[in-house]
Formats: sequence, structure tokens, C-alpha cells
Amino acid sequence: MNFFRRILLIVLFGFNVQIGHAAPLTIEITEGVESAVPVAVVPFASQGAPVNISAVVNADLERSGYFKMMDEQGMPGRPSTVAAVNFKDWQAVGQNYLVIGQVVEAGGGQYNVQFQLLDVYSSGQLLGYRMTSSAADLRRTAHHISDLIFEKLTGKKGVFSGRIAYITTNNQGNKQQSHQLQVADADGFNPQTVASSVEPLMSPSWSPDGKKMAYVSFERKSAAIYVQTLATGERTRVAEFPGINGAPAWSPDGTRLALTLSKDGSPDIYVLNLSTRSLNRLTRSFAIDTEPTWSPDGGNIVFTSDRGGKPQLYIVPSQGGQEKRLTFSGDYNARASFSPDGKSLVMVHGNGNDYRIAVMELATRAINVLTSGRSDESPSFAPNGSMILYASKKGRTGFLSAVSLDGKMQQKLVFNSGEVREPAWAP
Amino acid sequence: MKLNKTLLALAIGTLLLSACSDTDEKDTSLTDGSQNDVSGISDASTSGLNKGSGMTGSEMGGSGMHGLSGNGDYASTLGPEFNDPNNPLSKRTIYFMLDSSEVMPDFVPVIAAHAQYLIANPAQRITLEGNADERGSREYNIALGEQRAKSVASMMKVQGVSENQLDIVSYGEEKPAAFGSDEEAWERNRRVELVYQAR
Repeated sequence: MNFFRRILLIVLFGFNVQIGHAAPLTIEITEGVESAVPVAVVPFASQGAPVNISAVVNADLERSGYFKMMDEQGMPGRPSTVAAVNFKDWQAVGQNYLVIGQVVEAGGGQYNVQFQLLDVYSSGQLLGYRMTSSAADLRRTAHHISDLIFEKLTGKKGVFSGRIAYITTNNQGNKQQSHQLQVADADGFNPQTVASSVEPLMSPSWSPDGKKMAYVSFERKSAAIYVQTLATGERTRVAEFPGINGAPAWSPDGTRLALTLSKDGSPDIYVLNLSTRSLNRLTRSFAIDTEPTWSPDGGNIVFTSDRGGKPQLYIVPSQGGQEKRLTFSGDYNARASFSPDGKSLVMVHGNGNDYRIAVMELATRAINVLTSGRSDESPSFAPNGSMILYASKKGRTGFLSAVSLDGKMQQKLVFNSGEVREPAWAP
Repeated sequence: MKLNKTLLALAIGTLLLSACSDTDEKDTSLTDGSQNDVSGISDASTSGLNKGSGMTGSEMGGSGMHGLSGNGDYASTLGPEFNDPNNPLSKRTIYFMLDSSEVMPDFVPVIAAHAQYLIANPAQRITLEGNADERGSREYNIALGEQRAKSVASMMKVQGVSENQLDIVSYGEEKPAAFGSDEEAWERNRRVELVYQAR
């Protein structure tokens, strides 16, 4: 094993008073890289700010798996200015980088937040920012600081200020269930309910601008696809044909939805133009064709089909054309999604009774299995392409997990009640 | 996208604004970042989301739910034969093999009995609810559930049931009859439920 296992529990308090359904969330980092870089985030000097910004930054960086965060107890001091930092002390406790900062109330409910990222060995500053934030935005500011630090130290864009969508189900007793489509911060905080129904909700898909969401709802006792504007809650039913209306996927230019309809017989892939409402049928097989996903350039659509006997991935030009099979290894390859650079596909890869998340490089067609669960599904790339969010199951508990593209870092987001599934990382 | 914008705003802020006043050293200079853009993000989305939950479960779900099980008890009110365990009409769930939508021989008489009842009662409508076990991807399982319901429907139609009496919906793995991740639960979930509609 070239990585070590560590279990770390950070219990966060993700209550949202307005909604009331928000469950506290636990994040476990189940695997991290051995080469994790030691970083100390010194508790920021703060005058009663309602959010502990340095704690949020510390948790974000920890969660990424790239860094080994220093415990507060072992810190040789609590400097909040560079003048107060004795770099030799921090070298002595094995730290490579130091984050210091201050939060000062600026009146009118505003706070001035400043932080500096320091290189312990060169005694120099790598980053320094001052920001003004309202009390309500302090947590967002903290994630933003994490993004800046992450990008400086890894060269990759951070995804801590991002959002995720997912479906939750709670048993209401008496065989009744409540299904919710929720959107939360990338760390599971601030969950907001987008839609709620006693009938199933499925397949959330973000518009490329992150302002709308398409999803499937059975609220009228049959499947229909809705497009909802997140800011207003206003929504439109865009597909309610006889049979299946499923698997909506937004085109990269935001003008069309690829979807699955069975109105003409077996499930086939169609492209719906959202402004003209015209439908273009892409596949005509007698088998199951479903789960379309767009290449980032919008030129191709990859989908699942069992036309060869077992579910495998196929590709077709998004304007229509020749369909070609992409996967040949394994009994079951389904529910693909492109990496942001368009070079890889992530998919559900089934072998016997195990369904795991795998990545296939399109150039070589080599499939690399990343996870080890028995029922892993719904993979979704982080916008920076470094992590894949997916749904996992243990017994009756459905939870979300994230894995790095090389499979070496794993984290688990456990909601304390109900089942959580079908995660989708906002663009 | 938004992050990019914010970073861009911060970068512009770096260019336009002078170094922080509370330190003189060059290498510890602070950049004034325009946090307004960050607030802008939350105004546009998060706060809107609060208002956005303009629908409730009751609004969306409608009334008269039969909950998890498709076997709402309307059928049991149709006559004693629907409750007699020796009568095939008391069986209203058809089970399937893994990844298959082929009706197994055991269930042929059950489907035939329901078909005969529907032929004799042409005003009676029935919904065939297709389901799948949890394995594999969700939308593929929706398709598999529909294939199963269509298998039952075509068998009924061959026997003379009118298309107008049959509705099909697939819930895939979304409405399990049994929870759990073992063979027993999977067997119970690979099914079509025959749901008699109230007249």
C-alpha cells in the first residue's frame, strides 16, 4: 500500500433553520496520500465573528487529502501577524506552510477578514488577501480562502466554494417516503431543498451556468422532466411523454437537454431544444438506450445500451450519426460522465455482484477501477477534474463519497439520517 | 465559472489597489480582494434558494398515495377471490430473474387470471408498475423495470385485454419492496406490481 489509512472524524453542524430537514453531516477521510504536505492553520485572531473561519479552512484543506493538518495543541504559538511568527519554531515542529489571519468587525454587520499563507522554510509570504464579508457570507469567504490556498500549493483550482446537488429519502413511517432534491455547499453545509415529493425524484443535472437544474419527478404518478430555476423556484415541465422520461443531461452550451424517452417503443436517446421544444431522435435500437452525457465540446453524446446483450457504453455525434461501442471490458459499463478536459469517462463498472466506479481514458480505452464498494453509482466529476463524487451504500445507509482520479484519496460524507444518493457537482 | 470570476475580480483588485497599510514589508503585503463578488454569488443563488422551495410534498405528491407498495388495497375490495390465497387473483406481484424481463412459467397462470378478470370487466383499469433491484445504475433500472411491465402487458394483450385498460409506469429501483443488499431483498424487488385502479 503506497497510502496510509487514517480515520478522522470532523463533526460539522449543518443545520439549516429555514428548512428544518437538514441533517448534521459527518465527513470521514478514509484514505489520504502518504505525501500529504504538513500545513498549520493558526486559529485566526477574531473578535466574536459568528463563523470560525480558520476552523473551516482547516477542515477544507484536511478533507482534500493533500495536506496533513497540524493539531492546535502542538502549535508553538498563535501568531496572527507576520511580525509575530518565529519561523524556526514552525520548522522545529515539522511544518512546511503556515496560515495566519485575523477577523475584525467593521460595523454594519460587516467583517474584515485577512489571511496570509507563509512558507516556513523561506520565511516568505506566498499569498496575502484582505476581504470584506457580511456575517452571512463568512463561511463562503472561508471556502474561498481554502480555494486560494489550495490553488497556490497544488496548482489546481480548489473546489471548496462549489456546490453539490443530491437526492435524499427519509422514511415517514407507514410505508410513506419523502424524497428531496437538495443543494448544499461542497462540505455538506447549508443544505437547501430544491424540490420535495412523496413520489421519487431522480437524476439531477445542473445547467452549465449553475443557475438551473433539470430532474425527473414522479409526482404525477408517471415520470416527467422538469427544469427549475434555483433562484426563484420557478419551474417548467419540459417532457411528459408516455413511458420513460428520464436521464436529462444539459448540453455544454445550455440550449438543449439530452434525455431518454420510450414513447416510440424501447428507450432511446433524444435531444430536446429548450427554446423551440423540438426533439431530435439520436438512437433507434430495439434495446435499452439511456443515460446520455455530453462531451465537453458538445460534439458527442455517450450513452448506455444493452444492444449487445449487456449494458455497455456507446458514442454518437450529438447531431446524430453513426453509433460506436466504447467499452468491451467487463459485464456492465453504464452511467458515464466526461471529465472536464474531455479525455476520460467515469462510469459504473459492474463485475459479478460488485458495482464500482471506474475511469476510462479515451485515448487508450484502459479502464481503471477506483473504488471498492459493492454498490457504487452515479459518479460526477468535480469542476477541477481532480475528484469524483459518487453514491455508495452500506446496508440501508446510502452516503456520498469522493475519490481522487488516481484512486488514492477517499472521503465519505455521511448524513445522519435517511439515504443520500445521485450527487452532482455544480459546474 | 463563478470561482473564475471571483478570482479574476481578486486579481483585478490586486492590480488596482495598493498594499495594505498595516505592514511595510514587501513580502508580507496584503492584497485587497473585492469580496463583493463573493457576496454576489450567494445573493444570486443561495438566498434565492431559500425562497425557491416554493413547493411542498403535499402540493407535489397529490392525495391518495399508496406509499411504497403498489398493491394498494383497492383490489382486495373487488371480491373474495382477490383475498383467497388459493386463487391466482390474490397474487398481484410478478417476480423476475436478474437483468431479465422474461415472465417465468410460475407466473403465467397468475397473469392469465388477471387478464380474464380484465376481459370480463372492461371498465376496470390496471397499472403495471415495473421495478428493479438496486444493482447497477438507476436510469438503466428504470428502463429494465419498464421492459418487465411491458412483458406482462403484452401477455395480457395477447389474451384479449384492451390496451385502454393498461397503464405502465417504471420506478426502477426507486420504490423497493424490501430494503437490504442481499439476494433475498433483490429477489423481492425485481418485480411488476399489478395495481387495480379505483373505478
